[in-house]
Formats: sequence, C-alpha cells, structure tokens
Amino acid sequence: MASLLGRFCRKLVVPGSAHGSRMTSTTACGSETVKSLNLYSAINQALHIALETDPRSYVFGEDVGFGGVFRCTTGLAERFGKNRVFNTPLCEQGIVGFGIGLAAMGNRAVVEIQFADYIYPAFDQIVNEAAKFRYRSGNQFNCGGLTIRAPYGAVGHGGHYHSQSPEAFFCHVPGIKVVIPRSPREAKGLLLSSIRDPNPVVFFEPKWLYRQAVEEVPEHDYMIPLSQAEVIREGSDITLVGWGAQLTVMEQACLDAEKEGISCELIDLKTLLPWDKETVEASVKKTGRLLISHEAPITGGFGAEISATILERCFLKLEAPVSRVCGLDTPFPLVFEPFYMPTKNKASSSSSLSSPSKNTHFLIHGFSRLL
Amino acid sequence: MALSRLSSRSNIISRPLSAAFRRSISTDTTPITIETSLPFTAHLCDPPSRSVESSTQELLSFFRTMALMRRMEIAADSLYKAKLIRGFCHLYDGQEAVAIGMEAAITKKDAIITAYRDHCIFLGRGGSLYEVFAELMGRQDGCSRGKGGSMHFYKKDSSFYGGHGIVGAQVPLGCGIAFAQKYSKEEAVTFAMYGDGAANQGQLFEALNISALWDLPSILVCENNHYGMGTAEWRAAKSPSYYKRGDYVPGLKVDGMDAFAVKQACKFAKEHALKNGPIILEMDTYRYHGHSMSDPGSTYRTRDEISGVRQERDPIERIKKLVLSHDLATEKELKDMEKEIRKEVDDAIAKAKDCPMPEPSELFTNVYVKGFGTESFGADRKEVKAALP
Repeated sequence: MASLLGRFCRKLVVPGSAHGSRMTSTTACGSETVKSLNLYSAINQALHIALETDPRSYVFGEDVGFGGVFRCTTGLAERFGKNRVFNTPLCEQGIVGFGIGLAAMGNRAVVEIQFADYIYPAFDQIVNEAAKFRYRSGNQFNCGGLTIRAPYGAVGHGGHYHSQSPEAFFCHVPGIKVVIPRSPREAKGLLLSSIRDPNPVVFFEPKWLYRQAVEEVPEHDYMIPLSQAEVIREGSDITLVGWGAQLTVMEQACLDAEKEGISCELIDLKTLLPWDKETVEASVKKTGRLLISHEAPITGGFGAEISATILERCFLKLEAPVSRVCGLDTPFPLVFEPFYMPTKNKASSSSSLSSPSKNTHFLIHGFSRLL
Repeated sequence: MALSRLSSRSNIISRPLSAAFRRSISTDTTPITIETSLPFTAHLCDPPSRSVESSTQELLSFFRTMALMRRMEIAADSLYKAKLIRGFCHLYDGQEAVAIGMEAAITKKDAIITAYRDHCIFLGRGGSLYEVFAELMGRQDGCSRGKGGSMHFYKKDSSFYGGHGIVGAQVPLGCGIAFAQKYSKEEAVTFAMYGDGAANQGQLFEALNISALWDLPSILVCENNHYGMGTAEWRAAKSPSYYKRGDYVPGLKVDGMDAFAVKQACKFAKEHALKNGPIILEMDTYRYHGHSMSDPGSTYRTRDEISGVRQERDPIERIKKLVLSHDLATEKELKDMEKEIRKEVDDAIAKAKDCPMPEPSELFTNVYVKGFGTESFGADRKEVKAALP
C-alpha cells in the first residue's frame, strides 16, 4: 500500500501553517484548478478519485447505488459499475463484517453507514474484529483497506437517532483511526488519506455541513496527512480545540471574544485517534489556557482525554483549569436541541474565557442567552 | 328514507329483503360472515379458514376507525409541510387494515411493539387524536410528553410498547415482553412488528431462535410494504417470502389490505402462540406515502403502481363496499361520517396547537429513575445545571 501511495499521490497540500489564515486556506501550488463545492460534493469527488486510482476499491452500504441519502455517492455506480459500487441490505453488522473480510483480502472497502446513530450493531465488528486483526494475527492479516464513513452530528431537527456524535466510543479502541473533517476542502483530502491509510479508519462526516459548507476545493488528487492537527487561527490568550461542525461555532466565539480583547488560538484536531498531542501542547504552553468543545455529551467525551493529556504535559504552564463546553449528559433531545447544543454563547461564557490579566470577564448568563 | 344502493361490483351476499327495514348507522351486533379476499398461504402450519366471523357493529367501526387513521395521516402530512411537525414523520396511510385487524383480534393485555410507523397503531390501542398531534408537534400533552416525537409513541395502559427508531431493535425487545407474559401466566401474547427492510437484520433471527427454543408467545409481524425506504424487497432479500424466513418457526402470509384477513390471522396466531410458541405473520401491504416526509415516494416506484394499488386494494374502499353491500349505511351517511371525522381531526389539531411546549427543565427529567441524584453539568462543568430528577 505504501507504493500505491507513492504512485498515485501527486500533490500533498501542506496543512495550514498559514499565518492567521481563515478556514479557506491558500493553495500550495498556484496552477491547480479549484471549484466551489459543498461537503457532499467534495466527498463525492474524493470517492471518484479513490475508485479511479485503485481498481481494487469498492464502495457499498445502504442506498449508495442511487447516490445515497446525502448524495455522497452520486455517479459512482454509473461510472464504476454495480460490481464495485453496490447496495447492501439493511444490516450494519453484516455490512462492516463483510467490509473487514474484503479488506483482509487486500482490497479497499469503503463502507457507508447511513447515519452514525446506526453504527452500533457494527460496533462489535469494528472493535473486536477490525481493530485487533493485525495484532492478533501477528501481522499475517490486516484490514487496513477498510474505511467506514458515517454522517454524524446535530442537524437541527434530527432528534435521538439522527444527531448523535459517537466518536468517543471509537477513540477508545487502539487499532483503528478516527478522522473528522471540518470543511469540504479538508474532507476530500482527509477522506483520500483515510482510504489509502494502511489502518482501518472510521470517518465521521458532519452532516450539518453537507450542504451548508461551501469552499474552494482543488480538483486534483490530494491528501491531507492524518494525525496532524491544524492551527486555523492564531492567538495568544487561550487555545480552543475542536473538530467537525463545532469549529464553525467556536470560530464565532473567537470573533466575539476578540471584540472583548481576548486573542484566541483555534485548533482543528482533524484526527482524533491517534491525535496530534504536540501541536496542542505547543499551543497551550504558549497561551496557558485550554477550552475544548464538542457536541457529544460531556461525561466521557473525547474532551476528557485531551484535558487529561494536556494536564500531564502542561501542568505548570496552565493558568486556569481546562474547560470543556460540550453537549449535556442527556440523550440527544428532540425539541430541546437548542438547549443541549454547545453554542457559541456557552463557549463565550465559559469561565476559561475570562482573563483576569485583562480585567474583563464573561459572566455565566444562563439559558436566556443560549441562541 | 332513501333506498340503499347496492354496490354493483361486490361479490358479497346482499340482503334485498331487509332493504325496506334498513337500519340507520347501526350499533347492533348481528353476526355477519365475511370471506377474505385471498386464501392464506401457510408455512409449517394449517392455514385458518377464509370465513371470518364479524358483526355489523364491527364492520362499521372498522370503516370509521380506518377513515380516522387515514384522515389523521393526511393531516399530519399537511402539518409537516407547514413546519409545525419537525424532525421525522413516517406515515401509515395504506396500511391501516393491519392496525385495525390486529386490534379486533386481541385485547389490551396483549402487547404490541413496532418500529417508527406507529401513529395508527397508537390510535388503535386507544390513544386519542389530541395526544397524537400534541406529540407530533412536540407539545407537553403528547403521549410521550413531547420528548419522543413521531417515532416514539407509547401507551403503557394498553400494552403498547412503542415507537422505535433503530430498525429491527424492537423485535428482540418484543420477544422479551413475550417471555415476561409467559412467566406471569397472563394468557397474553406479544406482536412484534417490523418491516421488510428490517427483516434482514441479524437480531431478528436471534430473537426468533430464542423464542422458539423457549416457546415464547411472540408473534413476529412483518408489515411487508415491499420497499425498505427506497429499496425494493427483491433487491434486499434473497428470499422475500418473509413468512418462511423463520425456517423452523411456522408462518402465515396474509393480505394486509384486507382487515378481516388480518383479524383472522391475528386470532389464529394468538391461539397458536399461546400453545406452541412463536409464529411469523407476513402482512402483504402497501404505503401510499414515501418512507418518510422527506421521501416523495416516486423515485423508486411508478405513480401508476401507487394509484393501481389505491384503486384495486385500498383497505378503506374494501370496507366501504362491504358496508354498502350489507346495507348498513348509505353513501351519504358514510360521507357524513367522513365529514365528522375531518372535523374531529381538525379540532384535535387546533387544540394541540394551543398546547405549550414542554418546560426547559424537562430536558433533564427521566434520564435516570427519579431521585437518583445524578448531576448534569452546565457548559463548563463548573456549575451544576440540574440534579437529574
């Protein structure tokens, strides 16, 4: 697979060490063409390229043949044929197990789980089969060609079973990788990296952004490295860490904070497992404060892992306890979604954003300021 | 008093003699025998007879309740388009005969558990229109206090266990309920309903095996509307004969658009399950709407197919023809009934619209049992937002 990487990887976009640049970072090479695409189109493009460059790659899942419920797989069946892009019956456990088998034979299996909320029947296959295959066979076998894609996250009206963020469950499993893109450009590069990565990857796509996020996406084949976080906004007073759709919310909080004179550094983790500890550590050593935000419930969320690790590494440099602004410890609610979500005001009013040295502070305003 | 008009296309017995003594919308329970539209197809058992015992009152109540269900679903469609119902809404119109026929064969002690297409089953179990619309719109007087929404209707006093979003997950649950019923010697059964899409879930076979091993009074009802969301049954299943999929478990294939066939099958199944353990019922039915409100329903099937079913097999039309041919009501009386139903539905909607949303504190209730004392933290974990009541 390494040779495959070398052969087909034409351009590598160096991630944003772009100075104070916004989310739409500049292209590395001036001559490539870009197109304005939304998230599902970017993912679609990535899948087209993946199937084109590797004749032994397959895309399957529920309803992917006609394009999928979010149109991420449009045109694939027509272009590559029903033998490579096909629908499966309604059986997540079966689909993932089947994908593991296919990957074990040296193929790239790109599995789609229709909503991350439905991934749990396949949990055993992912945790017990996929993650441990290489380990327990002493490297005789592996299912590195497996990539599982699933839309995750709140969408405004999804309720209990169309809005969940299950990334924390998977971050607890050594042997797989967990990747979450924040925008169309990132998604295409990260998905291609995930598909070509020689380890099984669970790739969560923020469904809220499928149509909402539009960005200039290069048309060629490019990959964004995994396990490298990106500082997408530089600052000096506080570090904010997040992933996926939550970064949009956090950016708003940063802008608000800036008006109050607080300079925020925003980091996109991109890969949650294994995550880039060095980048976050360097940033926190610089700023002295950390705020983590994610949609998933706070207890046991991935923010806890980041918090614990940073505490170990940066204890003497921290000026305040690590703050987590996350979803509440309830099932994802139906009508109460606005109260549940970690909105920008919750982030702004988090006591971490209070900076005694600058003599300003946000008060906890309570529910009335949620939206 | 106008003479009734006999339906010219009916093949059911007419009673010319009593035309002069025609009752107005009657409430008496004179027995009538109805023939089901098709014979039953059986797997590993003897099919029940095609002659179904019914009564005039039952026939009329079938019509009324099915028309109510149909009207309710259409109204929910409009409410969804008006954005008063948000989230997901899966409509049952076309499949009413299954809900109605099942109710007629069982008691409120028998349990029903189903997936997310549950509005009409809830109504059949005794739920009120007001509770339905309030829950759909997320108001506090809804049957689940506004916290469940369209996919999560429950009614404990009628043994209706909901209302489940994850496809297939309700079937093992149903078998567990059946186990409890057997244990407490209640002479009751559980109907675990699922669709043709869910029929390919592994957990179904696990539940079937357990039920058969331990002789549980569980009846697995596959509501085969031939499309799992947008996937036709033959694309998803090697064997679309869902009634045979139990292998060692007997099964029965039923015309799900004929309320009397459903009633007969459920009665038969209940007797069987109490003596011999699980049985599978496959209801051959059809939904006119798409899978949910975001599915137009016409990309994977032709409009001709939908209108064809509506003309040939509509469950309410069938009952209407029976009512007319048995001379139980005139066309006008049935139309009046429908008008009354429409008004009833509109009133329920108006009342539901006035109902307030649940209190914000409800976000934290019922996560755990009351008084458990767990805390739920606010935004940055420094402040306890609520002690989960």
